[in-house]
Amino acid sequence: MGSLKNRDIISIKDLEPDEILEVIHETKNMKKNIKGNTKLLEGYILATAFFEPSTRTKLSFQSAMCRLGGSVIDLPPEKASSRAKGENLADTIRMLQCYSDIIVIRHKIEGTAKFASEIADIPIINGGDGTKDHPTQTLIDLYTIYENFGKLTNLTVGVLGDLKYGRAARSFILGISKFSPRELYLISPEQLKVRKDVKEFLERENVRYEELRDFSMVLPRLDILYVTRIQRERFPDPLEYERVRGSYRIVKDSLKEAKDNLIILHPLPRVDEINFSVDKTKYARYFEQAANGVPVRMALLKMILVG
Amino acid sequence: MSEKRLLVSKIKDGTVIDHIDSGRALYVLRILGITGREKFTIAVVMNVNSKRMGKKDIVKLEKMELKKEQVDKIALIAPSATINIVRDYRVVKKYNVEVPPIIEGLIRCINPNCITNQEHEPIRSIFYVKSLRPLILVCKYCGEEIHHEDIINQLIGVKTV
Repeated sequence: MGSLKNRDIISIKDLEPDEILEVIHETKNMKKNIKGNTKLLEGYILATAFFEPSTRTKLSFQSAMCRLGGSVIDLPPEKASSRAKGENLADTIRMLQCYSDIIVIRHKIEGTAKFASEIADIPIINGGDGTKDHPTQTLIDLYTIYENFGKLTNLTVGVLGDLKYGRAARSFILGISKFSPRELYLISPEQLKVRKDVKEFLERENVRYEELRDFSMVLPRLDILYVTRIQRERFPDPLEYERVRGSYRIVKDSLKEAKDNLIILHPLPRVDEINFSVDKTKYARYFEQAANGVPVRMALLKMILVG
Repeated sequence: MSEKRLLVSKIKDGTVIDHIDSGRALYVLRILGITGREKFTIAVVMNVNSKRMGKKDIVKLEKMELKKEQVDKIALIAPSATINIVRDYRVVKKYNVEVPPIIEGLIRCINPNCITNQEHEPIRSIFYVKSLRPLILVCKYCGEEIHHEDIINQLIGVKTV
């Protein structure tokens, strides 16, 4: 244990399978006694620097730090901070590292977390950068799968949605691929197919995958259906978004052919791709998944800050 | 290189850039900032037969030696090129250009949403080599790939080192 101590978490690609499993085991411990670790990070300060909107990631990091007895400072919105005076990202990070022990950063500009990690001497966690990486979301996804199946390997996985612009979907595909899925189905409208670099990664990892337009044919084989929303804010052309809007939608009746132990995951927020009628089915796990954000991030903060 | 078969005579002192991919000699001149208004002799031979390459281009530069950055740029334009240093009509040094494993600050990332393209940040572009033939580079920060044609287009837009 302790291999993540002082590490930056920039991309799920940087984590080895055994390191991911370490996070999962630490999460299990945290979850067993979520209110019982209030001294672990006493005296430590987490800075959250979110340059893009967030509900779950920011609040669950803050909650995780509070649960461990640490404190939180938050970079104010642009108008209320020195960024309004033209302060650049590099100087903002330099200041934040003077005031804290670890920084979580989210930015629409790709590579921001990597750049911040070169500027800062303290650990940086990527809370999402553009269309590229969202490693802590993937750790939550993988933990939720582990909780349900007791393993991560040899599962049949479908990923449905915006595989081109969605960083949660992209990171999930990269993450699950480290655990030899039995089959991996990448299901999306033609315009939102997964990017070439992800396919090359799958080929390097010897993962069998298939690209599909519709999930109904493979549904009876799936252990996991991972759904994401169409990332409207990342389309360069609003017309392109209009063409694919609402092009996939899961309702309760779409799941008649599903395996008994299928689980449906979604990083949230959702728009209309999972109908509310699915929420009360035995398959829905996305609210549990969101709740796992706190113990997973507790585990991560603990492992990075004190080993 | 057999000088007997060439249309251009030997140079006394300077550099011969041989084995340039055919059609790219003018790009090489461009990235070296050579305009033709220099005082020294410049010879450009294009589309000559080559055993190794089928067709190739050659550039001869009287009284000019190249800096490392210039050689690195030539490697990005013409990865097969060889550099011959000539003194008193004799080749005193000959070496192949090499695409450096890390390319820093020479080209921009093609992803406008990449951190390296943001103004007012103290950052230079850094690329790793993903493939040499065809040449494909990968941005260290955003992971975007840049292909040979884009690399050439960017470099010939740059006047000189």
